[in-house]
Amino acid sequence: MSQLFPIKVTVNGTVYEREVEPRLLLSDFIRHDLGLFGTHVGCEHGMCGACTILFDGEPVRSCLIFAVQATGHEIRTVESLGSPEHLHPLQEAFHEKHGLQCGFCTPGILMTVVPFLEQHPHPSEDEIREAIDGNICRCTGYEKIIESVQAASEKMSSGKQ
Amino acid sequence: MKPAQFDYYAPASIEEALDKLAELGYDGKVLAGGQSLVAAMNFRMARPPALVDLNNIPELSYIKPTADGGLAIGSMTRVYAVEHSPEVIKRFPLLPEVAHFIGHAQIRRRGSFGGAIAHADPSGQLPGIAKVMNANCLIRSKGKEDRWVNASDLIIGPFMTVIEYEDLLTEVVLPPNPPRTGSSYQQVARQNGGYALAATASVLTLDENNHCKSVRVILMGVGEMPILSNKVEEILVGHEPTEEAFKEIGEAVQSEIDPATDLNGTAEYRRDLIRVLVPRSLALSFDRAKKGS
Amino acid sequence: MAGKYFGQPVLRLEDKHLLTGRAKFVDDIVIPGMLHAAFLRSDYAHAIIKNIDVTEARKHPGVVAVYTAEDLGDYWKVGPLQVPPPFAIKGAQFNARPLPPIAKGKVRFSGEPIAIVIAESRYIAEDACEDIIFDAEPLPAVIDLEKAWEDTSVLVHDDLPSNMAALVKQEAGDYEAAKKLADVVISKRFVADHVAGAAMENRGFVVNWDERTQEMTVWSGTQAPLPLRSAIAGRMGLVENQVRVITPYIGGGFGPKVMTSQSDDVLLPWIAMKLNRPIKWIEDRRENFLGTTSERDQVHHCEMALKKDGTILGFKDVFYHNTGAYDPYGMTVPLNTQTHTVSNYRVPNFSTEIRMVFTNEMVVTPVRGAGRSEGVFVMERMMDLAAKELKMDPAEIRLKNLLKTEEFPLNTGVIGQDFVVGVLDSGDYKVNLEKCLEMVDYEKFRKEIQPKARKEGKHLGIGVVAFTEGTAVGPYEGARVTVGNNGKVSVSTGYSTQGQGHFTVFAQIVAEQLNVKVEDVRVITGDTGHFHWGAGTFASRGATIAGSAIHSASVMVREKIFATASKFLEVPEDQVELCEGSACVKGHPEKFISLGELAGKANPMRGAVEADVKPGLEATAYYAPPHCATGSGACAMIIDVDPETMMIKIERFVLVHDCGTVINPLLLEGQIQGGVSMGIGNAFYEKIIYDDNGQLMTASFMDYLMPQATDMPKKMEIGHNVHPSPLNTLGIKGVGEAGALPPSPAFCQAVEDALYEYDLDITESNLNPCMLYEFRNKATKR
Repeated sequence: MSQLFPIKVTVNGTVYEREVEPRLLLSDFIRHDLGLFGTHVGCEHGMCGACTILFDGEPVRSCLIFAVQATGHEIRTVESLGSPEHLHPLQEAFHEKHGLQCGFCTPGILMTVVPFLEQHPHPSEDEIREAIDGNICRCTGYEKIIESVQAASEKMSSGKQ
Repeated sequence: MKPAQFDYYAPASIEEALDKLAELGYDGKVLAGGQSLVAAMNFRMARPPALVDLNNIPELSYIKPTADGGLAIGSMTRVYAVEHSPEVIKRFPLLPEVAHFIGHAQIRRRGSFGGAIAHADPSGQLPGIAKVMNANCLIRSKGKEDRWVNASDLIIGPFMTVIEYEDLLTEVVLPPNPPRTGSSYQQVARQNGGYALAATASVLTLDENNHCKSVRVILMGVGEMPILSNKVEEILVGHEPTEEAFKEIGEAVQSEIDPATDLNGTAEYRRDLIRVLVPRSLALSFDRAKKGS
Repeated sequence: MAGKYFGQPVLRLEDKHLLTGRAKFVDDIVIPGMLHAAFLRSDYAHAIIKNIDVTEARKHPGVVAVYTAEDLGDYWKVGPLQVPPPFAIKGAQFNARPLPPIAKGKVRFSGEPIAIVIAESRYIAEDACEDIIFDAEPLPAVIDLEKAWEDTSVLVHDDLPSNMAALVKQEAGDYEAAKKLADVVISKRFVADHVAGAAMENRGFVVNWDERTQEMTVWSGTQAPLPLRSAIAGRMGLVENQVRVITPYIGGGFGPKVMTSQSDDVLLPWIAMKLNRPIKWIEDRRENFLGTTSERDQVHHCEMALKKDGTILGFKDVFYHNTGAYDPYGMTVPLNTQTHTVSNYRVPNFSTEIRMVFTNEMVVTPVRGAGRSEGVFVMERMMDLAAKELKMDPAEIRLKNLLKTEEFPLNTGVIGQDFVVGVLDSGDYKVNLEKCLEMVDYEKFRKEIQPKARKEGKHLGIGVVAFTEGTAVGPYEGARVTVGNNGKVSVSTGYSTQGQGHFTVFAQIVAEQLNVKVEDVRVITGDTGHFHWGAGTFASRGATIAGSAIHSASVMVREKIFATASKFLEVPEDQVELCEGSACVKGHPEKFISLGELAGKANPMRGAVEADVKPGLEATAYYAPPHCATGSGACAMIIDVDPETMMIKIERFVLVHDCGTVINPLLLEGQIQGGVSMGIGNAFYEKIIYDDNGQLMTASFMDYLMPQATDMPKKMEIGHNVHPSPLNTLGIKGVGEAGALPPSPAFCQAVEDALYEYDLDITESNLNPCMLYEFRNKATKR
């Protein structure tokens, strides 16, 4: 029944051409077809936020999009932010403020916060809390995540690297 | 939780989409924002044989003023875009007010305005908001005349609308609010972004004497569909909006609603919430109408 | 006791890989030729299996195999129990019904696996599951706990005369006699509700059988790699060293991942060997809710006898505990409940009885708190009831009865989950509570803030509770510390990690002893190929038990460094000291040898060596505690309640905690905050709900509400007391579960206080706005 569809999608600046079954979820495509394992799958019904990626710059749930829909679009995942040798200032802030424990929800939170900080470079604590409200964390209780984002906003707006 | 197989079509224009929907008939389902549909498909609770993806039809995404000062919104316009559109904020502050409560930002980035209305989820906000705003929906299908359906006539039951398999909702038109109109959305939900246990919105227009010229109140989450109240007009139109009147309305609408009991609350609790939320909403709408929105 | 690294807020070594998405979790494991598994799970909660027809499923394109119980032949064996039965307790009755690998004859809970499909992709495997025809005769479901105990007309296990899983009574003193002397006897029935662990990462299992080397490698998100390895080796007829279990990074444990006899644990190794292909199974969220274990779900009938000045004379508790369809984890959870009702206050006479009952629901095993929360909940609620009855302030009655430091070590008279009588070792419960009251400005709240709020029509209420946390149970853990030829140190331990920061905390302990940089210590956890002995990560025992073992091993290595360096530097041992990364002569820093070079010298490849000297700068040590180390604390919440809608807002949250010596204060805060978020989740959001037919109503995040960022208080105000435990050299007590224990009872007290116009009587632990509404409707107006 199911034919394969050719797709051409840009992920973290690289163009990938693949053939996919329509039902293949974007989260599975990113992880298993492209080998980018940083995006995590927590629920597959759009509630937990672990799979959040940037789709044409907008933070969305990759578990609620089919890979076939990504053709012609630009995707950014956590791998585009930094590497263990060169952390993005946001990642540095999370490190300094202990904003992660098991780290499973973290990539989804980072990809939610990146566009948020672009739109709100000096967010209040309440604004940050609301911005991450769609990301569930079971380990931290959120407080240090918020502190991390606050620290990141200071770092990034003052141009510190 | 992987979805079952389906055939996939990605038309590039409205005409193509209509052709495909006509061809597929019963087997074809529209894929709009996907925030409800894909989740249901992942659970295999929804198993459409074929999906017609509307996300490649840019002509379905727009927010344009209408001649009479209202707005025409393309059905694939993302809820997030509606929420942040200066044109919307200026004319219809109720929309951004409500949108704030619809899931979380990531859902609104992808979820479509028209899709949410067409989905007619009794726990969702946009179907009820479309009703209370007296929205008119453009339904198109191949080989048939375009027809306009008022939101109140569009939604006929839980997850049920008059939209047929070959139909496509392409546009939602919001008529302009007269001057001295105020609106407010009130809800009780267990968590931010979660489904409301009960919700209400009111749109109140005042005359020069600060009496109620017209009013619309929608009651949501307390019936199989959003319920537009008739009682509120009986009580309020032509009269001075007072706290007592608002309380009376909160009581009067009880006969119009039929809340259910579920995991999150009893019918009785939902009734009491409406008793409280309706006066709160009307009071705020009144305030805002006086200030002139 | 803070040192250069020990006691410092050292930033985590594991962060860089986690933050950049480079850390490997179990679903990131890819092995060429890997197949994917999916389970078909029963929708019925209770049914006799008539037939499972997999013929069509086997023919499905892309399907390699389908198995049911019948196909397993002799391999299908129940169990074994993961925790021994409680026969150390006099008179205990226990019916062992461990987990079956897959349903046979009968299904006993909705979600129980009945068949497994192995296919080229998970998508195809799920498709094939739909081709399986399951013919079963449904039976009524056993759901209500109290009814299940009495009613023998429907049996979860037909070979038993009733649904009793266990009966355990523990007594001290004479409650009935004490009751006669009481001025006041209060009694109440409480319900402790059912909750899920719901880690953000679901369970997962990848197994590769290498036929040529006859070795099996398993990657699992397990909290118990060594027991899992032994279990697999045992079942597969292999020697332990043929099986290697590796825990990758794990996205949260919280208890349920400690199980080693779930269907995947048992079936996948067998299938991998049979098909000679690597197999991967990744649980999805729906399965996690249905089939992975969960906890709480008890009904308590409590009674307390007191003098009119508030002194507790005695406590009696008969409680029903839901073990679910099977009881693989023994009595750990309800024993924790039992111990935690009498570990905080002076209760000279008590009688507590566990009636553990089988139901047609998922199996119950520990979830953060592991039975302690329920004990704390009922005891704190009884204290509130007593306070009301005696017209005492809730803080006052607690201060009156809290155990005093002078009374420690105190034999509690209750045998706990480690099968020894509990001994409370250290702490100052009074100081915890006093500090908490001070931090939350209790007096000011009662005298100024609350009366003012009430005048303004606001409903602000305060709840103050005390709690203890039995942590660091045995039996033991171990570690091996080795200085490498490059001077960097490696630490191997059987203890595994799920995000607690072990890579850092364990490194700090070593760095402190050996005077090397923390980042030069590489910790290997949860890989049975590296370390062969250990019990697992549970009961807040990592820092204490693994930490103590690591400390001992480090001390031994340190001594070896001195002994070895003394030879090469030609000075007596007491003249050698550790300069960062090397051993040097006291007062002569220019005379040194780097640790790396010294390690090389300690392992000569030629020549004769002294007898009895072990090679290298290495030591292995184990630590076994005599019994739990008890952490303790107090918690206060100020809540604003909207009486019209019953929506609440947490205005202030204070927690004071004593976990003894602190290794890393930054990570400690994280642990407490995380526990608190789960406690708040339990208090007002989370609940597992089954209907009368045993259908799980909360099988997704849409219905099982997880606490979000906006559900938390703006700031968790955390205070510390430090009373080192005498049980281990470092003086550590565990803290992982502490935060989860007090929020529910504090919440109840605060809400009752807020809605002061009513005599509210909240008797259930997991609330929601509608429940508050109903409690208020039932209450009498004051």
